[in-house]
Amino acid sequence: MTLGGIDIIVLTATLMAASTPVLLAATGELIAEKAGVLNLGVEGMMIMGAMAGFAVAVTTGSPVAGFLAGAVAGALMALLFAILTQVLLSNQTATGLALTLFGLGLSALFGKGYEGVRPPSTGKVPFGPLAEIPVIGPVLFSHDWVVYASLILVAVTWAFLRFTRAGLILRAVGESHDAAHALGYRVIAVRVAALAFGGALAGLGGAYLSLVRVPQWTEGMTAGAGWIALAIVVFASWRAERVLIGAYLFGGITALQLQLQAAGYAIPVHLLSMAPYVITIVVLVILSAIHRRGAQAAPADLGRSFHASA
Amino acid sequence: MNRRSFLTTTATLALAATSLPALAEEQLKVGFIYVGPVGDMGWSYQHDQGRQAIEAEYGDKVATTFIESVPEGPDAERVLTQLALEGNKLIFATSFGYMDAVMNVAAKFPDVKFEHATGYKTADNVAVYDAKFFQGRAIQGTIAGRMTKSNKIGYIASFPIPEVIQGINSAYLHAKKVNPDAEMKVVWAYTWFDPAKEADAAAALIAEGVDVVMQHTDSTAPQAKAQEAGNVITFGQASDMSAFAPMPRVTSTIDNWAPYYVQRVGAMLDGTWASGATWGGIDTGMVEIGEISSAVPEEVKAEAMALKDAIAAGTYHPFTGPLNKQDGSAWLAEGETPDDGALAGMNFYVEGITAELPK
Repeated sequence: MTLGGIDIIVLTATLMAASTPVLLAATGELIAEKAGVLNLGVEGMMIMGAMAGFAVAVTTGSPVAGFLAGAVAGALMALLFAILTQVLLSNQTATGLALTLFGLGLSALFGKGYEGVRPPSTGKVPFGPLAEIPVIGPVLFSHDWVVYASLILVAVTWAFLRFTRAGLILRAVGESHDAAHALGYRVIAVRVAALAFGGALAGLGGAYLSLVRVPQWTEGMTAGAGWIALAIVVFASWRAERVLIGAYLFGGITALQLQLQAAGYAIPVHLLSMAPYVITIVVLVILSAIHRRGAQAAPADLGRSFHASA
Repeated sequence: MNRRSFLTTTATLALAATSLPALAEEQLKVGFIYVGPVGDMGWSYQHDQGRQAIEAEYGDKVATTFIESVPEGPDAERVLTQLALEGNKLIFATSFGYMDAVMNVAAKFPDVKFEHATGYKTADNVAVYDAKFFQGRAIQGTIAGRMTKSNKIGYIASFPIPEVIQGINSAYLHAKKVNPDAEMKVVWAYTWFDPAKEADAAAALIAEGVDVVMQHTDSTAPQAKAQEAGNVITFGQASDMSAFAPMPRVTSTIDNWAPYYVQRVGAMLDGTWASGATWGGIDTGMVEIGEISSAVPEEVKAEAMALKDAIAAGTYHPFTGPLNKQDGSAWLAEGETPDDGALAGMNFYVEGITAELPK
């Protein structure tokens, strides 16, 4: 099915593949930030996930094992960050930046032997007759399982934050760690768990990049995706459902502009490349105008260190 | 000590401190900045091979350092300044977009020599060097024109600069020459290195029905995407990318910077370094053609090799008139070839390419 020379089915497929790594990483970062921790090391956790996931998938021949390894690697990186910032109370911004640099370097070192190797292919989910439905079938029922898993994760995250007691505690820790502490909640434990979850999702996103989207390992291959994930959390004003919109908007415009070019449209490429960022700024301005307290969309204790004695 | 005299004393001490080690040891320090990681297996990887050749050739007489993944823009100026302050006397800046940064830093450090790849601005202490990649594109275009079944050739371009435009034109002209039905689809990625975006660009082109993907970006992601598609051929870019042979990579254009780097460092060591512009091609070995794989039919391979030999011997120029510009105006008359200066400033498509060149 084509519309104005653009194959809608291909566009949707590329859009979803292009958005999934960022969607996963942004959802993870959302949880960490909701708990009050600003982890700027998303890029570093993603690239470690990409490398570890690729290495394990190639060695074992199983993409599932690869994705698990990616998640574990991301979580380990996040735990390193947790020890430094939550236990040793180091500065979160500086530690996050260091984590990114560390991840980029370490993954390049360990990934050396995996350059130019082809990973095992990640299967599509067999929907049987559903995939045969015209238009809807190829658009909705023709993806690999990670795409569906990422969508389910967004839904679960949304429900967790909105409806569960644990979600409420997590938000309380992020809004006022002192109050949460006074109520008897273990601030550090909650934050470490949130960080580990965020790291695991970032690692999963990285593994999706190296196992499905590209698919190969090259050092530095995340090329800034982690930073976009951070931007999307702000774009989404810390809401899970808006993270989904933000990620698909970013991925969609990237995929769309490449397809428009391939179809021979004379479009101003720089403008389209700029579009996601411009839209982010516009959305932020609108949000702050509507709420008149836009900045308060961020968890109040975001980026502040907690110590029980304080 | 008042503040002014403190400042002058410190400045003098700092100067002495930086100049002393240079006097104490004769070792020449050579710095490199790369636009991507050395492990990109393409452009930056090849430059690093050149750096290693310098170390192998001169051993203890030189000390090389490199800084990878330096973005084009203000960061480049900072990194170049840092390299100059660290005592590097010869600095290779290996991407087009470093041009203005190199000129600015070179003006501040008159006794440091700079070598800028693919640029066109020179100064007393800034030399430029480039390779005639379009010669390799001519061979790729010939193979692409012969082998395409859909008559659609895809090209992942980076930035609309002369170096890239020459390649698109050359590939198109030679594909058209052997296959009049061939058409070219160009996608601008606006990046040198972003595997995910390069892969998306390749996927978009393949979805449009191309069965040949050429790339002027640095990673092997388009090769991986083409391999996944199965019936698409590609060409190694900058590096041999032989991991993807025999399919999809059917041959490659290899940038061999090593001889030039060794020669320039040699000139520094014996004090004969002078600014200038070097543009090497197949003849000088700066452009190498990778092995043509078994996926290419014998007669096409022979044709490509004959073309390569003609270019190397200087009997054939990839841009030989009569040629028109895209808008139909005359560019080259019958039998005419452009001089290097005209080529180095190429900012138009040749006649027949339907896409629009971004400005």
